This record gives sequence, structure tokens and C-alpha cells, in this order.
Amino acid sequence: MPEKTLLHIEDLKLHFRAGKGTVRAVDGVNFDLETNRAVVVVGESGCGKTSLAKAILRLLPRNVETYSGKVYLHDTDVMQLNDEDYRRKVRWIKISMVPQAAMNALNPVLKVGDQVAEPAIIHNAMDKETALAQARKMFQHVGVPLDFLDRYAFELSGGMRQRVAIAMSLVTAPDLIVLDEPTSALDVLTQANIFNVLKRIKSELGMSFILITHDIATSSELADSVAVMYAGQIVETGDAQRFFAEPLHPYSRKLMASVPRLRGDQEPDFIVGQPPSLINPPTGCRFAERCPQRFARCVEDPPTIRQDGRTVKCWLHVA
Amino acid sequence: MNTMTGTAQGGGTAVTAAERPQEDVLLSVQDLRVWFELRRFGFGHAGYVRAVDGVTFDLHHSETIAIVGESGCGKSSLMKTILALHRPTAGELFFEGRRLNDLKGQELRLYRSQVGYIQQDPYGALAPFMSVQRILEEPQIINGIKSRSEREARIRNALEEVKMSPVEDFLPKFPHMLSGGQQQRVVIARAMLLDPKLIVADEPVSMLDASVRVEILKLLRSLQDRHHLAVIYITHDLSTVRYFSERIFVMYAGQAVEKSLIDDLIRNPLHPYTMALLSATSDPDANNATRFRDVPPGEPPSLVKPPAGCRFHPRCAYMMKGLCDVEEPPHFEPEPHHLVACWLHR
Repeated sequence: MPEKTLLHIEDLKLHFRAGKGTVRAVDGVNFDLETNRAVVVVGESGCGKTSLAKAILRLLPRNVETYSGKVYLHDTDVMQLNDEDYRRKVRWIKISMVPQAAMNALNPVLKVGDQVAEPAIIHNAMDKETALAQARKMFQHVGVPLDFLDRYAFELSGGMRQRVAIAMSLVTAPDLIVLDEPTSALDVLTQANIFNVLKRIKSELGMSFILITHDIATSSELADSVAVMYAGQIVETGDAQRFFAEPLHPYSRKLMASVPRLRGDQEPDFIVGQPPSLINPPTGCRFAERCPQRFARCVEDPPTIRQDGRTVKCWLHVA
Repeated sequence: MNTMTGTAQGGGTAVTAAERPQEDVLLSVQDLRVWFELRRFGFGHAGYVRAVDGVTFDLHHSETIAIVGESGCGKSSLMKTILALHRPTAGELFFEGRRLNDLKGQELRLYRSQVGYIQQDPYGALAPFMSVQRILEEPQIINGIKSRSEREARIRNALEEVKMSPVEDFLPKFPHMLSGGQQQRVVIARAMLLDPKLIVADEPVSMLDASVRVEILKLLRSLQDRHHLAVIYITHDLSTVRYFSERIFVMYAGQAVEKSLIDDLIRNPLHPYTMALLSATSDPDANNATRFRDVPPGEPPSLVKPPAGCRFHPRCAYMMKGLCDVEEPPHFEPEPHHLVACWLHR
């Protein structure tokens, strides 16, 4: 493993029990993340993106059937820790999360300053004064005026509340932040603002990010590398430069072609059909049914091919 | 305030507004204002929320316009007034020459049957306890289509139009059994049921997955072509507008600040707010990660006490003191069919 690797995930699985059978939401995911880098996980809804975030943070619902694999954080396998140790040593301290629609999840009866300080009091054992000072520092990083510390969530606009949610994830000084659709409910200008904030945190604090989104155009605002998820599996990983220029997997190509663009002349296209159910996913390549380039071999599960630092799970790339 | 005199391209043929006969105007909005009264303790007057404050435009038969703006700029209030859900505070609305301001009873129902509405959130727009068949039958019953066989024929027709076939498979299904894209198709089918002349689509694809978005937009586009519908497409996402409409209005704080053809707007945005919107819209490009976006500081103003003069002046980099913060800019026309409410272009 290279020295700079912050997070290394190997064969991560998260299956749920459901009425009709086992839902294979995360089904053998591998990827790496280096320090001070941002990886975006893109895919359609229902492909297991949010479950992947929950699996990394071990925020599991009660109907878990399988939860296995290896998650190395700074070379230690955090999957070996028991729940209590994980809670005390990893969650918030090392990895924090901005969940989907976090801005609507702020407590309406707490001042936002107190709310942002709370994780530091609980997880870093700070006293209230120090924690509030820390919160104040984070407010400056995300660009919320300091007099907002004494306001309540309902007094803030959507963009400001989203910044507060990001400040809260920063306050415990973690190594990694998992962002789940941080801007999907926001206006264009606010969205651009939030990404400016994230870029600034990345360069000023050396933060690393996992950004989960279905919006490919805005994901390029932060991405150093890209992981494309389809039906519970990662089908392609690679650096952003080469990915956005030329994706390898047929699904990634289709996904890129479906993005409406403001500049340039290409007509966007859509992907025919729907992602498969995660209860009984097809054997073989899971995208085969919708793939314009499928051929005889696609009935077998494709291996993950590594070429020039990129990986792709597709028979087309087998030499 | 000037009236929009831009080119109107409908159904692929370009006809300038001057050449169009007046009776070709389907919907005419004249200096429309929609204000909501704020009350203190339930009875004391505490001012107005000026959601729409002086909007003027003409929409021709089989023409598509896009209304773009951030949340809170009044685009939904404008839409709801056009749907006759809100009453205008001032100004006038005409649909095929008939004044809409105080339609009542039978006339109002007739008007509404000619206007289809596509909601933003398809799941929220479909009653969860109704099957697709009932969802599509109800508007027909309300509008007095008595023959059962005619109702069924219309349902079948509408579902085939939105490419939900075989129809039998979908009729007994409930909304939760459908995917997001299919739900939105049912909503579109419902809007098409009574052969409307105008469709109002409020962010029809913003809740959908990227891969389905384009499919739904193309479907709307083909319906519009085939049935010569006029469409008002309301959105905050500039990148989808290009594929859908020819004319575009940019709204800010209750007013239309720029009106033009979409290609002109993208090529040469004139209002500083439009420039900001365009520069904040990203295309997938790895170089985005290395640069910061220019975003005007601050937030849209309160609509209770909007700033004097140009409503964008507190955030504008080109603000001219003594002019922009004092006098409201009229619409200038620096290039043909491209109107902008900004003193920079006087």
C-alpha cells in the first residue's frame, strides 16, 4: 500500500434482509483514497451509493444480513474494532459525515453555534468554551458570519444551513468527510458557493472527501478521482482528468452522454431500461441488459481490469 | 415596461412577432403583480410579499418558453397565477383574448381543462391510494366526460403517448409500484388527457435521475411538436433549457431581468445576474476542481422590502452609485429581440 493512502476498502459488502429476500446494496466494493484528495462516487439512484457511505461509517440499520470486508484507515483495519471502539475512535474523530438533506436535519430548538460545537464536546471531550471557539473557527472556514452562532436553523437560508452542516462535520477535525448529495436541493448559485467552500477547506485544512452524488456535472467541481457505481458494485475508478475526458466502462460512457451541457453541441442521450433489482441481481455483468456493446462473454461476471492506474470491470477491456 | 417582441419559434418554423397575427397569442400577461398580504396577529397589516412584481409577456400557440430563476424569485407564484390558483393583485391575464382575472364557476373549469400542469415531484402529485386508471379517470369525470368507453379510450391514448405500453400492465398499478420516471410519465399523461392548449411544467425533471431526465425532456418535446402545445417550462437548471425551448426569461426578485432567445442568452448574457447564473452552471470537466467559481456575494433580497432601484444592485459587481440604487431600470434592447433590465445597456 502506498504511504499516502488514507482509506483502503477491500471487498466491502452490506446486505439487508427484506421481505422478498436479500438486498445486495453494497456488493464487493474496492477503492482507495489518498490524503487530501476527493473521490466522487457517482451512479443512478438505487445503485447503493448511500449504503456505501453508511457501510464506511458503520451506521447500520437493524436488518443487516451481511456486513463484511476490510476498511483500512491509516493502515489499521477498522472493521476489526467492535461497535463501541468504532464509535469512540473512528466515527466523528477520524471520519465524519454530512448526510443527505443535512440542512433540514438541524435541531430547530438549538442555536446553530451550540449544535456545531456539540460533536466536539462529546467526541473530543472539549469543554464548552473551547468547543464554541472551535465552532467559531469552523464558521469562518465555511463562510458563515459569526453572529449567526446565536441564531436558530429556521432563521437561516438553505445555503447557510448547508454550510452549518459542513461546519459541524469539520469541528472534530476528522481526516475524512463523507458528503452525501451535499447540494442536490440547492439553487445554482448556492451550489457553486458550497463547492467553493469545499475547495477552500480542502486546500486550507488538507481535508479529504468522499462525495456521493448523481449529478455528474457538479461532481467535477471537487473530484480528484471518480468511482462509478452500478447495482451495488464499483464498475470503474480512475483519476478525474482522464475519466471526464474519456470514460472506459460502457455504463460510464452512457452516464456521461446523459448529462445536459450548457456549452458544446452534443445532444444528450438517455440510458434505455432500468437498473436491475438488488434482490436478485443478474449473474454475469450487471449492466449487460442495458449495454449497447454486450457480447457472449457478458454472461460471466467480468473481472476488474487494472490499466494505467485506472480500473474497469468490463469484458471489453480484457486483453 | 416594454412588451416582449422577440422571435417566436414554434414547431420549428420561425415567425417574428411582428408577422404573427394578434389572435395567434395564446396567453398574454400584462404587467402582472401578485402580492401576498402579511398579517400580524392575524389581523394587523404588516406589508406585502411582492412575489411577482410587474411581469409582461405574450405566449403564442405552440411556442415554448423557459422561466429561469432561483427559489424565491417568484416563478412558482407566476405559474400558479397562470393556472388560476392565485388571483392577480394587479395587471391582467388573457387566454385567447379572454380575461382571466375573475373567471368563476363553469368558465374557470373550462379554462383549467385547457391548461395542463406537470408538477415537480411526481410522487407527491399522484394520490397514493389511487391506481393509474383512477388517477387518469378522475379529471375526465370532473370535466364531464360521461361515456365510459370514451374515458377508457382517452386513458389508453394518453398512456401510449407517454410510451407506457402495454397499457394493461400499468393501469392497475399504484404510484409506489412505479419508478420515478414512470411516475412522471403518468403525471404527463394526466396533463395531456383533456387535450390542453398550454402545458405548465414546473421543474419536471429536477427530482429525477440524470439518466431519466433527458428521456422525459425528449418526451415532452415530442408531445409539444406533435400536438402543437404551448409550454411554459419553469426551472432553475440552465443546462436543460437549451434542449427544450427557444425563448427564455430570467427572473430575479419577482421581475423578469432578461428576455431573449436561448442561444443569444448563452452566447451573450447581458444582465450581470444572468452572467452569474451561467458561470455557476458547470459542465463535466476535470479542470473545474482547480478553480473557484465567481459567485455574487449575498443572497436574493426579501420580497417584502425589495431594494430600491435595480433589485440586483446590492450584489452586483457593476453597480453604478446614484443610478442603480435609485432608479429602477426599464427594459433596454441592445440587440434585436434581446431585452434586459440593466442600466449598463442604456
